[in-house]
Parts: sequence; C-alpha cells; structure tokens
Amino acid sequence: MKIWTYGDNINTDMLFPGRYTYTCSTAEEILPHLLKDLDPDFAKRVKSGDIILAGENFGCGSSREQPALGLKAAGVQAVVAESFARLFYRASLNQGLLLIECPEAVRAFRPEDTVKINQENGRIYIGERAFEYPPLPNAIMDIWRAGGLLPYARQKLAAEKKGEHHV
Amino acid sequence: MIGTFAEKILAQKAGRHRVRPGQIVTVKPDLLLTHDNTAAIIGKIGDDLKKYGVFDREKHVIILDHIVPAASQKAAENHQKVRQYVAEYNIRHFYDAGEGICHQIVMEKGHALPGMLVLGSDSHTCTYGAINAFAAGIDRTEAAALLLTGETWLKVPHSIRIELSGHLPPMVTAKDLVLTIIGTLGAGGANYCSVEYHGDVKSLDMEDRMTIANMGVEMGAKNSVFLCDDQTGRHMKRNNLSVDLKKAVWADPPAVYKQTLAVDMNNIGPVVALPHSVDNVVPVSDAPGTPIQQFLIGTCTNGRITDFETAAAILKGRHVAAGSRLLLLPASRAVLQHTMASGAMQALIDAGGILLPPGCGPCLGAHQGVLAPGERCLSTANRNFKGRMGCAGAEIILAGPQTVAWSAVHGEIRDPREARKKQ
Repeated sequence: MKIWTYGDNINTDMLFPGRYTYTCSTAEEILPHLLKDLDPDFAKRVKSGDIILAGENFGCGSSREQPALGLKAAGVQAVVAESFARLFYRASLNQGLLLIECPEAVRAFRPEDTVKINQENGRIYIGERAFEYPPLPNAIMDIWRAGGLLPYARQKLAAEKKGEHHV
Repeated sequence: MIGTFAEKILAQKAGRHRVRPGQIVTVKPDLLLTHDNTAAIIGKIGDDLKKYGVFDREKHVIILDHIVPAASQKAAENHQKVRQYVAEYNIRHFYDAGEGICHQIVMEKGHALPGMLVLGSDSHTCTYGAINAFAAGIDRTEAAALLLTGETWLKVPHSIRIELSGHLPPMVTAKDLVLTIIGTLGAGGANYCSVEYHGDVKSLDMEDRMTIANMGVEMGAKNSVFLCDDQTGRHMKRNNLSVDLKKAVWADPPAVYKQTLAVDMNNIGPVVALPHSVDNVVPVSDAPGTPIQQFLIGTCTNGRITDFETAAAILKGRHVAAGSRLLLLPASRAVLQHTMASGAMQALIDAGGILLPPGCGPCLGAHQGVLAPGERCLSTANRNFKGRMGCAGAEIILAGPQTVAWSAVHGEIRDPREARKKQ
C-alpha cells in the first residue's frame, strides 16, 4: 500500500485536466489521466488500497467529478487532508469515496510512517500515533451506507413508488 | 427573522423557523442548471428516467456552452444526446450552442431571481448571488439525483461579511476588487462559507456584481451574494424581466459572522493574479513588462457589455502588439449584438481582435485558443490553474478587462492607468 503525499491547494485541473472533462466521463476513460498534470506517475502506479495525504483546500476549483470518480475507481482507500474544498467534498461523498479531514494526522506523517484507518472508531493511525477524526452527520451517513447518492436516490424512489401502490 | 442571508434563505427553503451553521437541511431547489455535462448526467440515469421521469421539467434549464460549436465528434455526440433528451422529456428551458455562457443566459433570461435557491453542475453557479439568489455548484451525480428526486441536502454555511466602502477609482474594475479580496482571504479562505457583500455596494452595477459573485468559488465559497436594490431593478428592467421584490432575502441583525473584512474601494488598484493560483495577487506595478503571447477578454467573469466597451475605449485606433493575439469571447449573443451595435466590437476587431462564438471558448482548455508550452496568456477569466488552458507548460495570468486591453497594445503587462493619461 502506497501513501501518496501532496501539498496545499491541489486543484481540480491538477487532479483531472479540464481539457478532458467533456470527452471522458466513465472510470475507464478517466483513469489514464488521473492527476496527470500533478504527478504523471500516479495513474500508472496507483493500486487498490492506496491512501492520499494532502494539505489544505484539497480539490479546489471546478465542480467536475472526474477526480472523485477516478480516485474511487482506482481503489484509493481514502484521501486524508488538512481540509477539503466544498465541491470536491460533496462530489466524493456522492461517489462513496472516503474523505478524512484531520490536519493533525497529516502534519504528523513522516515518509517512513504506516497509515491505517479505522472507520469503526473514527481513528487514523500514523505509525503508532492515533488521531480522531469527526464522523459524518447522520443524514450524510445514510447516503454513505447506500453506496453513494444515486443508489440512495433509487432506494428512496423505489420506496415511494411502493408506497403509492399501497394507497 | 434574524440571521445571515444563508441562514434565513435556507430556513425558508427547508420550512424551518431558524437554522444554524453546520446543520444539514433538506431542500428543493427552485432551479437546476446543467450544460454540456447534461449528456454525462442523463447517461447515469437513463433507466431511472424511463421509470420515474424527470421530477420537474420546468425547473431544469440546459445551456450548451462549454464546447460550442463542437470541436470533436465526441463533443458533437454529447450535444446530440442532450438535444434528444430535451425533445423526449419536453424540457422547455433549453438554449442551444451559440446563445452564450450558461451563467450569462440564466441571468439575462431571468431564470435566477431574488430569493431563489439555484443549484448547478458548474462551479461558477455562484454567479447568481449577484441577483440575491442562493446559488451553489454541485457535481454531476448530484444533478442526476436532483433530476429524479427534486431534493437534496445542504449544510448551512458559516458566513463571511465583506464591508465595502468608497468607490473604485478610474481604470479599476470589479475584477481588481474581487482579486484583491481573494488575495487577502486566500484560495481556501472562504471554504464552505457564504460570502455577503455589504456597505457601499450601490456603485456596483449588475455586471460588476456578477464578476464579483462569479469569483466566489475561487476563494472556496459555497455562495456569494448581494442584496436586492435599485441596481437589481435596473437589471430587471433592461432585460424586460419582472420580479416579486418581496421574495428578496437579506441578513438581519443580530447575524453572526465567522469573519468580517473591511475593504476601502478607494484604495484598490489594478492587480493581476500570477500563475498558478488565483490568490497569487500582486499590483500590476509589480509585474510590468512580462511578455504575453495571448490576451483574452471575455468569459462568464468578464465577457459583458461594459467589459468590451471599456476595452474598446482603450484599443480604438490602436493595434494589438505584433507577436501577440487578442481573443474576444462575448458571454452571450445579446452581449455580442449590443457591442456590435455600439461599435465597441468593431473597434476591437479593427485593433486585431479575434472574435470567438459566445460560449466558454478557451477558458477550460478544450479548444479555440489552446496555449503552447512556454506561452503566457493574460486573461479576464476566473482561473489560472496550471494546464487550465490546455497546456501544463503554459502560464495564465488573470486581470481586469482594461489591464488586458492596455497590455495587448504593448504585448506585455502594463498598468491601464497609463492609458488614461494618454486618452
């Protein structure tokens, strides 16, 4: 498992170049260009279970969802950052990509450290040190449990439709 | 009711007496905007649409603007899919390629109005804060879910109050003002926040307010907003729109702000945002003589009537410097028609400008002015991210239209106040 580390204000053009935004929509189309202008090695070497560690305002800029969709499809276990830009945060949640906002953990990380995430107790372990991160609000956890926003919407619509038949 | 703009409008939309920052509310947006990405959005929910239909077709506005006319077969097929969807589901508010940039059209045609909640699958949806709407960008998946269910969740944001005083000096524009604010707050300085503009806003017309609100996302804001006043009325009248002003919403004391920033507009000068971050803002006087190969006046940030008219006042009777090119990108057909009739566009073309069709053009790097490695573009757009204009080896510098026009005459960054002395 590799830990990919990046700095502050990693923007959406670095995560996925704007020039491909309207020609690449599926995971298959997105993956070769993921992080292309930030780290050309990433798309070639990323493996399922890898973790990204970054600074402040990760994912700032565009509303494009290819970064979130691509990172989820690449199997990235989580992005841990000091803070996230709002649109990327929302897009990731809607894709079911785990984001952890924990500045203390990011700052504590040294290149030789291992990183482990325990979602059960809301803790991230950097080497031997444990850091707590704030859990998602309940309303958002429902979307998370459903596996993302579209599965959640489908569950809701199906339930409503069933309800109508009973009336 | 007391509270910030965001608290008041989200309480109203969620049917609650009062909401507090951090609270999650369920809301039904009054309008959903999508553009070329409509093809990808409906592609996610093809079967669901057949089963459940569109939640409310009157609330969906679609504008093709990002790659218009299509620059590739793939882009053309996307447009085709959108037109088929529009026909099949009888979407009334559809604007095909060439009408203009979505944010300009939504404002000109009155789709966004005071007191409305607007969500759009484009980060610059925040532009409609200019007309007192709560407007925020969302991703494609969320737009897809909204098409089916008509509702979503929003976290009530904390608010930042920007208290403006004075007047902008000559040759200094709303773009210089908002870039200065972003330089002060930082690219993530307003993250998750609602940014309210208070104080001496009367001198800022609707075009200025759109430029300022448009750049809200560049400081990380969820939305940025102005009150509804005479300037709003003038905009409505000019565009033959009518509105129920009682629907306008504004902050009422005692409202609690996360931060207040006082800005004296008299002290604002022309600035540029240097590569590769929008908050890398310095006075034009700190970057003189930087050679520029491509100039761009236009986009959803600065592609409006006054932007072209002030640029034309500078470039009339002059010429773009040899070795440089000037791209003109009107935000809408109406802007193009108006500036053609007024002679401004003629003056800019006579000065060597290259006129592009109303749309997003080269701003996102897909076509119509892609840069080469080592080239530099001085642009009135909203982003200078590395690679934004199609080439990671190029540089983008952001500025107001007058700075771009005067610099285009010289092929390098120049202070537009020099032009005033010569006029």
